[in-house]
Amino acid sequence: MSDRIFGGIGLVLAIIFAWQASIIQESFLSDAVGPKMFPYIIAAVMAAASIYFLAKPDPAPDWPSTGHLAEIGLAALVMFAYALLLPELGFVIATSVAAAYLTWRLGSRPVQSIVIGVATSVGIYVIFRLVLGLSLARGPLGF
Amino acid sequence: MELMSQLGDGFAVALTWQNLALALMGCFLGTIMGALPGLGPSNGVAILIPLAFTLGLGATPSLILLTSVYYGAMYGGRISSILLNIPGDEPAMMTCLDGYPMAQQGRAGEALALSGVASFVGAFFATWGLVLLAPQLVKVALLFGPAEYFALFALAFATLGGISSTNQAKSAFAAALGLGLAMIGVDTQTGVPRFTFGEVHLYDGIDFLVAIVGLFALSEVFIFLEHRGTERDISNRPKMEIGRIIPSWSLIRSCIPTMGRTTVLGFIAGVLPGAGASLGSFISYSMEKRLVDRKKTFGTGDPRGVAAPEAGNNAAAGGALVPMLALGVPGSGTTAVLLAVLLALNITPGPLLFTQNPDVVWGLIAALFIGNVMLLAMNIPMVGLFTRVLLVPPRILMPIVAMISFVGIYGISGSSFDLMVMVGFGVMGWVLRKLDVPLVPIILGTLLGNEMEVNFRRAVNIADGDYSVLVSSPLTIILWTVAIIGFILPILVGGVVRRRMRMAKDVEGSTVD
Repeated sequence: MSDRIFGGIGLVLAIIFAWQASIIQESFLSDAVGPKMFPYIIAAVMAAASIYFLAKPDPAPDWPSTGHLAEIGLAALVMFAYALLLPELGFVIATSVAAAYLTWRLGSRPVQSIVIGVATSVGIYVIFRLVLGLSLARGPLGF
Repeated sequence: MELMSQLGDGFAVALTWQNLALALMGCFLGTIMGALPGLGPSNGVAILIPLAFTLGLGATPSLILLTSVYYGAMYGGRISSILLNIPGDEPAMMTCLDGYPMAQQGRAGEALALSGVASFVGAFFATWGLVLLAPQLVKVALLFGPAEYFALFALAFATLGGISSTNQAKSAFAAALGLGLAMIGVDTQTGVPRFTFGEVHLYDGIDFLVAIVGLFALSEVFIFLEHRGTERDISNRPKMEIGRIIPSWSLIRSCIPTMGRTTVLGFIAGVLPGAGASLGSFISYSMEKRLVDRKKTFGTGDPRGVAAPEAGNNAAAGGALVPMLALGVPGSGTTAVLLAVLLALNITPGPLLFTQNPDVVWGLIAALFIGNVMLLAMNIPMVGLFTRVLLVPPRILMPIVAMISFVGIYGISGSSFDLMVMVGFGVMGWVLRKLDVPLVPIILGTLLGNEMEVNFRRAVNIADGDYSVLVSSPLTIILWTVAIIGFILPILVGGVVRRRMRMAKDVEGSTVD
């Protein structure tokens, strides 16, 4: 079943891709092939593969339980938030929080997680900012 | 001897203090990454590419650092195979078969040392093979026109799934997805924006480094989150006694014929498209088993069963560099990632690389020799240190991996948008891995997409819009034939090969080689 859904999504993706290719604004200075042809070929391959999934699906993988799925979704959300807030909070604070969350969810105890989070963040800061001189996001506090 | 003088020049490039330090660092980090289950050579190199850039290293130093990581990871993969019975990366899975039983008998140190020597032999002679074979392949490649290159790219995609590929449709889908992603951005030939949805951030296209790090490194973090608390959690396994770490000479000598044969076999498997290191170690092991296993000791801790796959997979790692450097078309996952390094450095691999940037090529090759010697020196006496790294639990390690990935990408672009795209790729990578869709064709697609289109359009344009030019020369016909056979063969025989590999070893959570 998973493969059928995947094939359906793939087919829709291929159609959207082909449609988007068809509305590419061609310039007056175009070559014999143009910017649309190759995307059309790609869409065709994608569609053919998707139809194959619909016709002959593999056995479904063992999807994790709802709890574990939520776990992954939340981790992805935390990472999104991290990406958004990194320039606002600065590297050290944002990274401490994100690393603490991840290590907590991977099985560290709460207090331990905070220590690991801060240590990870400060460790990376020392190595990459102070030793190697990389530019990391600066927050209002300057680190 | 022109070859020797070029190699000499290469050593002159590689033997600076900075490059030696980078090689040492790369070997060390690579071994650690290879040893850690879940972090294979592709992930290891992927995480470090952005860092090599943000550090402002030049082309040759970056390449030296990252290929040392590559070779190091191939060495390191065996450590967890032997001690924990978990392959550190896919090519090392055959090493579990005899390595773990040896460790159970208290001979872990010997197994580690012997596999270190075997890795050295495989990698060292494969590097010689690279020196001899790559320039020959370059001569052939100089005959290639745009139509031939287009066919060659198609061949690379068709064979990338490898002989043991489960579902060729999924490889094809992955390739199309990667190529489609590469199309995003301004068309290089006519200057019109494509698939950008009016989003200015997308005009430059999607940075393939963002895709690579997201797909490989972040999806790994999600896999760990998924497996936590289930029986596939790897954080609680028994510890192993190491035993003596210097192998006796007689032990090594008894394995010399094995190492010799498997090196050759592994190298060939590495050069051929679609084989790669995993298959190299698998073929090596099966051949040796058939050839010398008269007392049925393979699988119960036979030293030759440790030497064979290790020599084989390291030789294949060297062999895989031949098509990558000479043709610009990688044959395996990790070499695809190494290709990303070259492209990001604005170096186009392929025949011209050897004439335009000989210092890069030969400096790199010299660095491989140096890295090998370093790895041997590092892996025999210091193996105890690396085994201690295995004790770092994933709950601490994986957040560090995730955060360093973010640091690397942010260091290049300084943009939150790229980080969010990377997280998106991470989630996508996890879903695709669950569905058994290989990630390597996606990477290769994003890397080669534009180049492939350019060659396609150039070929047809030269022929005034006549599409038959794509299959007109004998060379293109040969390439297309190989591509088609390479795509169809796994459908016919893939099941058999796969069943044998699975029978040999049931592997969980394997990544790409």
